[in-house]
Amino acid sequence: MNQAVVHLHRAGPLVALVGNPNSGKTALFNQLTGSRQKVANYAGVTVERKEGRFVTRGGRALRMLDLPGAYSLHPRSPDERITSDVLFGRAAAERRPDLVVCVVDATNLRRNLRIVLAVRRLGLPCVVALNMNDLAQRRGIAIDAERLEAELHLPVVPTVAVRSDGADALRALLDDPSIWRRPSIATSAAADAPPDTRGDHAAVRDILARLGIDDAVPHVASDRIDDVVLHPVAGPLILAVVMFLMFQAVFAWAEVPKGAIEAATAWLGHVIGDALPDGRLRSLVVDGLIAGVGGVIVFLPQILILFFFILVLEESGYLPRAAFLLDRLMGGVGLSGRSFIPLLSSFACAIPGIMAARTIADPRDRLVTMMIAPLMTCSARLPVYALLIGAFVPERTLALGVGLQGIVLFALYVAGIGGAFVVAWTLKHLTAQGRVRTLLMELPSYHWPTARNVAIGLWQRAVVFMRRVGTIILALTVLLWFLSSFPAPPPGATGAAIQHSFAGMLGHALAVVFAPIGFNWQISIALVPGLAAREVAVSALGTVYALAATGDDTAQALTPLIAHDWSLATALSLLAWYVFAPQCLSTLATVKRETGGWRMPLVMAGYLFALAYAASFATYRIALLLGAA
Amino acid sequence: MTRNGSLAFAGHVLDDPESRSTVPLTLDALGPRVPASVVDIVAPDALERARWLGEIGFVPGEPLMVMLRGYGGDPLVVRIGASTFALRRSEAACVRVRLAT
Repeated sequence: MNQAVVHLHRAGPLVALVGNPNSGKTALFNQLTGSRQKVANYAGVTVERKEGRFVTRGGRALRMLDLPGAYSLHPRSPDERITSDVLFGRAAAERRPDLVVCVVDATNLRRNLRIVLAVRRLGLPCVVALNMNDLAQRRGIAIDAERLEAELHLPVVPTVAVRSDGADALRALLDDPSIWRRPSIATSAAADAPPDTRGDHAAVRDILARLGIDDAVPHVASDRIDDVVLHPVAGPLILAVVMFLMFQAVFAWAEVPKGAIEAATAWLGHVIGDALPDGRLRSLVVDGLIAGVGGVIVFLPQILILFFFILVLEESGYLPRAAFLLDRLMGGVGLSGRSFIPLLSSFACAIPGIMAARTIADPRDRLVTMMIAPLMTCSARLPVYALLIGAFVPERTLALGVGLQGIVLFALYVAGIGGAFVVAWTLKHLTAQGRVRTLLMELPSYHWPTARNVAIGLWQRAVVFMRRVGTIILALTVLLWFLSSFPAPPPGATGAAIQHSFAGMLGHALAVVFAPIGFNWQISIALVPGLAAREVAVSALGTVYALAATGDDTAQALTPLIAHDWSLATALSLLAWYVFAPQCLSTLATVKRETGGWRMPLVMAGYLFALAYAASFATYRIALLLGAA
Repeated sequence: MTRNGSLAFAGHVLDDPESRSTVPLTLDALGPRVPASVVDIVAPDALERARWLGEIGFVPGEPLMVMLRGYGGDPLVVRIGASTFALRRSEAACVRVRLAT
């Protein structure tokens, strides 16, 4: 009865949600906790840890942990290991839950009930949430919750995670003090059962037979959609169209919010600039802080649009289909379709992508996926691409409303993907001789994405981005402003003040290295803070140019400024640099944490630098030859 | 495949006279939408894979069906019980099946 003592714990009782992947577990978690969620990592590993607070109907405050989806308590991937470690009470710095809510997909009890039996054996207080019960009823699966409760010796409540009142029964059940006690009957009943999957499977089949629902009812509509979406010819075409529309939308839809943010930044700069006396402080606030941070926030709409598409595709069940379609292609370079989802996440940011590689069971495939993840064009490169494309590619509409700027952006994405394939193909020939490949991936039934889940997902991405802007980007902006302002130019010096500053000296030194690929000293300066976060390069350029300019130009005027100041060859070379360069210290830090040493991050930084330099050199020289000076 | 090389769940080897008397049919050779059921999993070189197949539902007696195949026949979409999984052909070759009667 030490559980009763834990209830009085200051932090409140801890409830863990456990279930198979695709059981609607996270949707239920969102339904119960709403926006009161904290996203972090588990101690020592980079598995995403989601905890939320919620209040039962009786007014009791509880902590709820959304454990990673698992098919069994025998872990196969680092994600699943966390689930089993937390449930067995072995996870570092995690309390063993006081109560487990097993979330089962009512349309697939055959597979979902097995983990319930495994959790029951642990002896923790446990209840079963019969999720997606509405879908089951619609498909003609009538589940008698009371009889299931009697069979399992566990409380069972039907839930519909996608409906606003769908979790009310569960909320009410958690007020019942009896469910918080360790189950007596369940542990003794479980002790007799053989602890292997075959035994559990037979037990589940017996239970379903007694309930009269042992027929496997397939989702006919999903099968029909799959006939088209997974068709050998139509499938890849649909995938190509979906991806293309997604990247067009990233540019087209962001125009209005982008303009609004730009206007707000400029307005704020003027208001504060007028209020402050002329001098160092005004320069720091207006040229450093507002112009620098504003120049990065302006890309939030694009990042959110990209995540919106990824979330919708993920929720609907299309993403694993895309992985299926790409399995052959990925197999050609020694990977499996499983690498697709981590790589797609890397388009938003390589860090969640590298972390998502933990769902790949094969160690070699996992390592290769991590190594090529930074070649996927992450959203932090978008500010740089957007700036350069805006300045150097004319805004022209080609046929069918497709813009030229969108096509250039698409080509940059393709260049990154192509580079990744060449690297993976090379690694296949070096490390993957005669290996057995695995795929083994579930294709869940299709369903409509819910606005709530997409909104919560987007909100979390926005918070993560703004946290970056508020901390690392802000700090670097201020540091760069300092480097650009001190020391002051000697009296009587000509030219822009920044040329005499630390930043100017550093930029001039780096410019020697980067001159063969066409970078001027301003770009060379901007690349340095860009190491901490790629998008900082834009605000760095803003700062360098705002301070270097003798007139009243600000970061907002950057586009015409660089269009005038740089050659097209330089712009193309910088674009090529950004496709490949290891311009992100956080990514390298994540790889170090995931691989447990410095070797892989150093290998990664080395090969990316070589690739970037070679690509930029080739781009610059070819562009010069073609007359793009 | 020898008896020593065959692996069923939790160390049991399925004792089914029928499956021994006929040439074993494996999942990768199954035609589209032909109903069948799992006999056992044979993966002497990849025990981990055999266990994992069991955990996602490939257990003896479970009904299954190949739904469709990717371009060139690989990978496959397989209905197992009420779930749908994508498998490589080499993975499907580990699953011995019997046609439903």
